[in-house]
Amino acid sequence: MTSRTLFEKVWDAHVVAAETADTPAVIYVDLHLVHEVTSPQAFSELRERGLKLRRPDRMLATLDHSTPTLPTNADGSRPYANAEAQAQVTQLETNCREFGVELHGWDSADRGIVHVIGPELGATQPGMTIVCGDSHTSTHGAFGALAFGIGTTEVGHVMATQCLLQRKPKTMAIHVDGQLPPGVGAKDLILHIIGTIGVDGGTGYVLEYRGAAIEALTMDERMTVCNMSIEAGARAGLIAPDETTFEWLKGRPRVPQGSAWDAAVATWRALRSDAGAHYDREVRIDASTVKPTVTYGTHPGMAIAMDAPVPAATNAQERRALDYMQSKPGQPMQGTPVDVVFVGSCTNSRLSDLREAARVLHGRHIASGVRMLVVPGSEAVRRDAEREGLHHVFTAAGAEWRVPGCSMCIAMNGDLAQPGQLVVSTSNRNFEGRQGKGARTVLASPATAAASAIAGRIADPREYLVEAA
Amino acid sequence: MQPVTHIHSRTAVLIDENIDTDRIIPARFLTTTTREGLGKLCFHDWRYQADGSDNPAFPLNRPQARGCSILVAGRNFGCGSSREHAPWALLDYGIRAVLCSEIADIFRGNALKNGLLAIGIDELEHRWLLKHPGTELSIDVREQYIALPDGGRIPFALEPFARHCLLNGVDQLGYLLQHTDAITHYERQEQAA
Repeated sequence: MTSRTLFEKVWDAHVVAAETADTPAVIYVDLHLVHEVTSPQAFSELRERGLKLRRPDRMLATLDHSTPTLPTNADGSRPYANAEAQAQVTQLETNCREFGVELHGWDSADRGIVHVIGPELGATQPGMTIVCGDSHTSTHGAFGALAFGIGTTEVGHVMATQCLLQRKPKTMAIHVDGQLPPGVGAKDLILHIIGTIGVDGGTGYVLEYRGAAIEALTMDERMTVCNMSIEAGARAGLIAPDETTFEWLKGRPRVPQGSAWDAAVATWRALRSDAGAHYDREVRIDASTVKPTVTYGTHPGMAIAMDAPVPAATNAQERRALDYMQSKPGQPMQGTPVDVVFVGSCTNSRLSDLREAARVLHGRHIASGVRMLVVPGSEAVRRDAEREGLHHVFTAAGAEWRVPGCSMCIAMNGDLAQPGQLVVSTSNRNFEGRQGKGARTVLASPATAAASAIAGRIADPREYLVEAA
Repeated sequence: MQPVTHIHSRTAVLIDENIDTDRIIPARFLTTTTREGLGKLCFHDWRYQADGSDNPAFPLNRPQARGCSILVAGRNFGCGSSREHAPWALLDYGIRAVLCSEIADIFRGNALKNGLLAIGIDELEHRWLLKHPGTELSIDVREQYIALPDGGRIPFALEPFARHCLLNGVDQLGYLLQHTDAITHYERQEQAA
């Protein structure tokens, strides 16, 4: 048998009808994740056509995008940004009731960002195909699942048929050799990778991250890396499952138990790219050269080490980006004054991310004039963080400790920055206006975000971690 | 979906590269639960000034761009989120085709499923079109070319199934539902495994 990549193994196992010159493949979907923003029109379509959900048991819904992150008001009502946001949430509650979908809503102890709770519940498993009307579905690739974002029309397709029409994408191996230096993390690495291959370098490809530096990552870190695959234009990014993966998943509510667990692990062990498997493109990254990395422009490909000079604009497009950001060519981003710091999002809102930020903040206070929001990715993360007392570290430092949700990553729930404000954000997109009209976003790791909050300027977290040690 | 066979229009140009879905329709407008009426929000933060009046610096606000249904945009148009609100907004605004040397994957798929012709063209021709807004173009979907006023033709690639669906107004969900037996068979095999 010919050598196959991890991606090809997962793809081949899900072909319902093979692709031809004239028609795409029909691919089976194992898990369909749903949230309030990209699903209402699909439910409406089903209703209009008199169709049912084919496999409601393979769906998992949550509320995350439009939801307030402030606690309930004294009268029990929730502080929604506006009536439409509330109506959208109510619509998903109604749709899930009517169609029989498991919803982790306000009453659930497991509610949270869709890409945080899928893995937490063990719904995300190696070898699966996973889709969601959300481009950061690539996160689940950290488990060796083929996971990608789809539009609302396709959400309807999966609802009605549990399948999608897909052309087989090309494959790109990203070999990350060596070891990340101390104080440099997964977020720095993925920003470095996107800065290297470019914001559209992955278009048409499925990425596979591999090599010693990837194998050394924890599951939380792997999720951070895979999460941002789409920021290089790749719909999906995978990492082969290994002992780290199995250890992390074992005992979670939705994974097989007992002998079924052992059988599953045996199957999952085969989900590695074979020796000699062919990739359409291969890229090599040396982990030991990665430094604390931030963005300086208006897309995630405009990323550099924070102590490196901002490159001069080479065209009108880049000039516009530098103007918008007020980034100065020839000067490093380190030292740039900061107005707002956001720790959260499906990229960096897991327990280890909060610990990383807390380690820097412990016993310190954020600079005067800086506003800092810490938004856990899920109710489970919130519980665990509070059990460890991390929330006290954040509030003592002057940060706001919020209720789980997407919050200021997409800024559609009322959590947003004002025009001109500079936000150091652990989220995934620094597009113009992403965090509020006219707001300027610098993407960074949780440690960098915390260090910058203390300094009031973009700061190297290693200086604070040394002191803390 | 209505069949899309020909599109004839002058071009409007947005020269910027990497125009992301947040610029096409900002996230704060995604609280809608319908597909309709998003045209007035298309390019919102670029198109309007703070007082709600038209921003004269936004290229599509110029008189010569009014009524154009073919948009030529800088490379990597539609990057970012999977929101289908982006093609819905563009269509409602009056755009029928987007021409670009490279179009972001998810956006392209979403666009074609809604009858918005998102097509990639060669860099050389793309550069020329970016420099010549207002060019009268005629797009032939069946023959896969763009006719220029001087009689020249720009060929373009289009995934055969997407082309078939555009030309015949095929509903892809209907097509998928024809595979119900194969899907059931797949599920039985999977259960047995």
